[in-house]
Amino acid sequence: MENYNLFFAALFQLAQLLLVVLAAPLLTGWVNQCQAWLQNRSGAGVLQPYRVLRKLFHKDAVIAHNASWLFRVTPYIVFGCMWLAAAIIPIIAVDLPFSQAADVIALVGVFALARMFIALAAMDIGTSFGSLGARREMLVSFLAEPALLMVLFTASMISHSTQLPRIVEALAHHQFVLYPSLAFAALAFVIVLLAENARIPVDNPSTHLELTMIHEAMILEYSARHLALIEWASSLKLFAYMSIGIALFLPQGIAEMGHWAGLPLAIVILLLKLMLAGAGLALLETVTAKMRIFRAPEFLGTAFLLAVLGLLIHFLLGA
Amino acid sequence: MNAVNVSPLELLDGVILIWILLGLTGLALQRSSRFITGIIFPLGALASLALAVTAFLSLGAPPETQVLLLGLPDLPFHLRLDALSAFFLVLLGAASFGVSIYAGGYFRSMEGQTLALLCLQYHLFLVGMTLVLLADDAYMFMVAWETMALASYFLVTTDHAIPDIRKAGYLYLLIAHVGAIAILLSFGVMQGGNGIGAYTFDAMRGAELAPFWSSAAFLLALFGFGAKAGVLPMHMWLPEAHPAAPSPVSALMSGVMLKTAIYGILRVTFDLLGTQQWWWGVLALALGLITAVFGVMFAAVQGDMKRLLAYSSIENIGLLLVGIGLTIIFHVYGKDALAALALTATLYHSLNHAMFKSLLFIGTGSILHATGARNMGRMGGLIRRMPWAAALMLVGVLAISGLPPLNGFVSEWLLLQAFLLSPGLPNNYINMLVPVAAAVIALAAALAAYVMVKFYGVIFLGQPREPELEHAHDAGAWERAGMGWLALACVALGLAPVFVVQQIDFVSLSLLGSGLGNATNNWVFLAPVDTERASYSPLYFLLAVLGVMLLTTLLVRRFYHGRLRRSAPWDCGFPAQTARMQDTAEGFGQPIRRIFEPFFLIERDVPSPFDTHPRYHGQSDDRLWFILYQPIKRITEKMSSWAGLLQHGRIHLYLTYTFVTLIVLLVFV
Repeated sequence: MENYNLFFAALFQLAQLLLVVLAAPLLTGWVNQCQAWLQNRSGAGVLQPYRVLRKLFHKDAVIAHNASWLFRVTPYIVFGCMWLAAAIIPIIAVDLPFSQAADVIALVGVFALARMFIALAAMDIGTSFGSLGARREMLVSFLAEPALLMVLFTASMISHSTQLPRIVEALAHHQFVLYPSLAFAALAFVIVLLAENARIPVDNPSTHLELTMIHEAMILEYSARHLALIEWASSLKLFAYMSIGIALFLPQGIAEMGHWAGLPLAIVILLLKLMLAGAGLALLETVTAKMRIFRAPEFLGTAFLLAVLGLLIHFLLGA
Repeated sequence: MNAVNVSPLELLDGVILIWILLGLTGLALQRSSRFITGIIFPLGALASLALAVTAFLSLGAPPETQVLLLGLPDLPFHLRLDALSAFFLVLLGAASFGVSIYAGGYFRSMEGQTLALLCLQYHLFLVGMTLVLLADDAYMFMVAWETMALASYFLVTTDHAIPDIRKAGYLYLLIAHVGAIAILLSFGVMQGGNGIGAYTFDAMRGAELAPFWSSAAFLLALFGFGAKAGVLPMHMWLPEAHPAAPSPVSALMSGVMLKTAIYGILRVTFDLLGTQQWWWGVLALALGLITAVFGVMFAAVQGDMKRLLAYSSIENIGLLLVGIGLTIIFHVYGKDALAALALTATLYHSLNHAMFKSLLFIGTGSILHATGARNMGRMGGLIRRMPWAAALMLVGVLAISGLPPLNGFVSEWLLLQAFLLSPGLPNNYINMLVPVAAAVIALAAALAAYVMVKFYGVIFLGQPREPELEHAHDAGAWERAGMGWLALACVALGLAPVFVVQQIDFVSLSLLGSGLGNATNNWVFLAPVDTERASYSPLYFLLAVLGVMLLTTLLVRRFYHGRLRRSAPWDCGFPAQTARMQDTAEGFGQPIRRIFEPFFLIERDVPSPFDTHPRYHGQSDDRLWFILYQPIKRITEKMSSWAGLLQHGRIHLYLTYTFVTLIVLLVFV
């Protein structure tokens, strides 16, 4: 029975690996489509990201004369990291054998690894936009990363574990209806999600306006398959962050340990949650305006303080 | 086998002797500089390796003591090799092995007397550090400590023709001695007035101290060792002295010498003082947090690559002090497993820092030789000119940024786990301090990544900022070998954490009486408490990342053409792009300077808009220099001028002083 379960779990891990990589662009497409509806446009349809990826893969890659090996391997590293990150977060079922090898701190580490490489690659060509993007990305992340860590710590404290499956199991069987500490953490997490995924009000994914861009400035020199991998990785990153949000703050409906029969229902619930979260993100982006770059640290500082406050509240109230 | 029955400690004595002989040989053969760099330094490196291996093998062995027939009559030197010493000796040996190999290549540009003296001082420096770790009495310890301080002072002032370097050396010497006095006083307190025989550490272990006196001893030790380690506010010498020294020396100072101070704090707190008090831990924790954030903040605004690394060392020392503070708190409250976890994190991070900081410091040496500059604003694009140095230093940069699967991540992970497991201390105030401390640690770690992107990006990436960088040459074979060893150590320490933790457990057992024990059973998964709570497996992690990357590459290659075209950079279609439009080091640090503006003393020269050759100049200084150091300097000067009033240089006046003193004494006694 034990081996049987382990086999299923491994199979399921592979299935989730496949699922996230295929479904991630769909989520991006859905967010964009919702945004189009909110702005009274008809939109390009939820499948547009796939078409873009296909187009990019078929193009000839053009890179600068002085691009080094670091520039060429970065898209693969970033894609690999994001893929792995999205695959280890329990969103359908908690039996994910790989999560033993990488807990929440390692998850934050994976994001950091990808960020480091993309920032370095941005500086590799030596254009003014590249280093501008790298500097701003690191500026945003030096506050967003600890905030994310504190959010995850709050959840770890409640569940007495830093392993995602354990956290989800503990949170799904609430002792309280609402953890006050998690409410603060959720607020902080939303801000981190916006910042880390290059969303309004910190960044704007759909602009190439020089003064405002962060993420786009870093990947200006990429083209064709390299760009496709980075775009895909961005979709995966959004998917991963949404998954973290679902796992921490809406864990109801995720299949429990060994309950394989609950899978179909869990998948339907997940789809509903993702659609809701995507629509929420689109709404949030539509009603807010992009802020000046030096307002961003204040915004993220708020997230950091909220997250620490959440942790403190957990210490004080034990909830 | 029995014929040559040599104990580990005797082997270590042998290594010390070899180093002294090597140093003296170098001094004698100052005409043949090829011999010094090609033979003596590699031999010294082999001795380092022997030291590391011997110490490693004796980690689990019972303590071994030795009385040397040196020193003063009736005051012999005592040596002792126990788990704590052995661990730091492994650190010393492993790091100095790489650095000495590197030095064999690096010092080829020097010759004559300078090189010969350097060779002697370098090896005496190693001897001094080894003896500090082995000393088992206050006398031996102070002699070794001073040997280390003086040897490193002379090494720092190798280029003594430059006034700034003399100044840096003086500041270093001054702070080192203020610290040494505090350490000496601390030993004096621990001796507990038990007379002259009580100068051995064994006597101090047995001495019963009142809480007040043991606190005094701890505070003095914290101050004294803190001055050596660069804990705030005694950090001032570090960013001055480290850049001034030749790069291999900076590597040893930052990678190893700072750790001897950490060793000292651990030795005094957990070994010599039998009982601790909780507020010591809080004090160390708070000081560590302030030091860590301060160090990384200042590292972010530096333009000189070695100063940047020096400030980064201050940050890491802060993290180590946080670990020590946590260990004290847990130990006092009887949370043995947690204390062992915090101590493991501290020691692991010491080892990691020794490796990656040494690697980065010697790397800056290669860059210095290739470009002749220390200012990062004069570099750029070196990854194309120095591929070896660039690749090896990338390992160090990723490791110091705390990224998985390298070693920096493991110790950070362990430290954060110690924080996460901490609730339930009987003191509510400490309980509340813990999450805040964890947040500050996370912030410092994230800022470290910022600093390292700046360091690596400005030096190695982009376009060359100066035309002469076209002629930059890569590191030589010896230099590569030394850097390669340290990079390998970073990877190995990252991939085999369970093995390392098992070794550190010997130290925890001997210092705290408790270890992580069964948590180290599984060789793949690092799980400090149990696998339910937390586990991490760098090996699987690496395999998964590599597997996913390989799969992606194969799929992309399989389904799509691999056509690639080179052209001019796109840069939003802007054609007049030059190398000067990239971020300089100051530019990259600007956001940090702006966010943390109140902490810096900023001096700025902004050119007028009509200037045809505008030059921007900005400098961020340390306020503490003006708030703390300058007043102390003024007070000292004033007091010495008062004392100077007594001096007139006339003999009859001095005779009068003596006479008056005698009379006064006679009246009172």
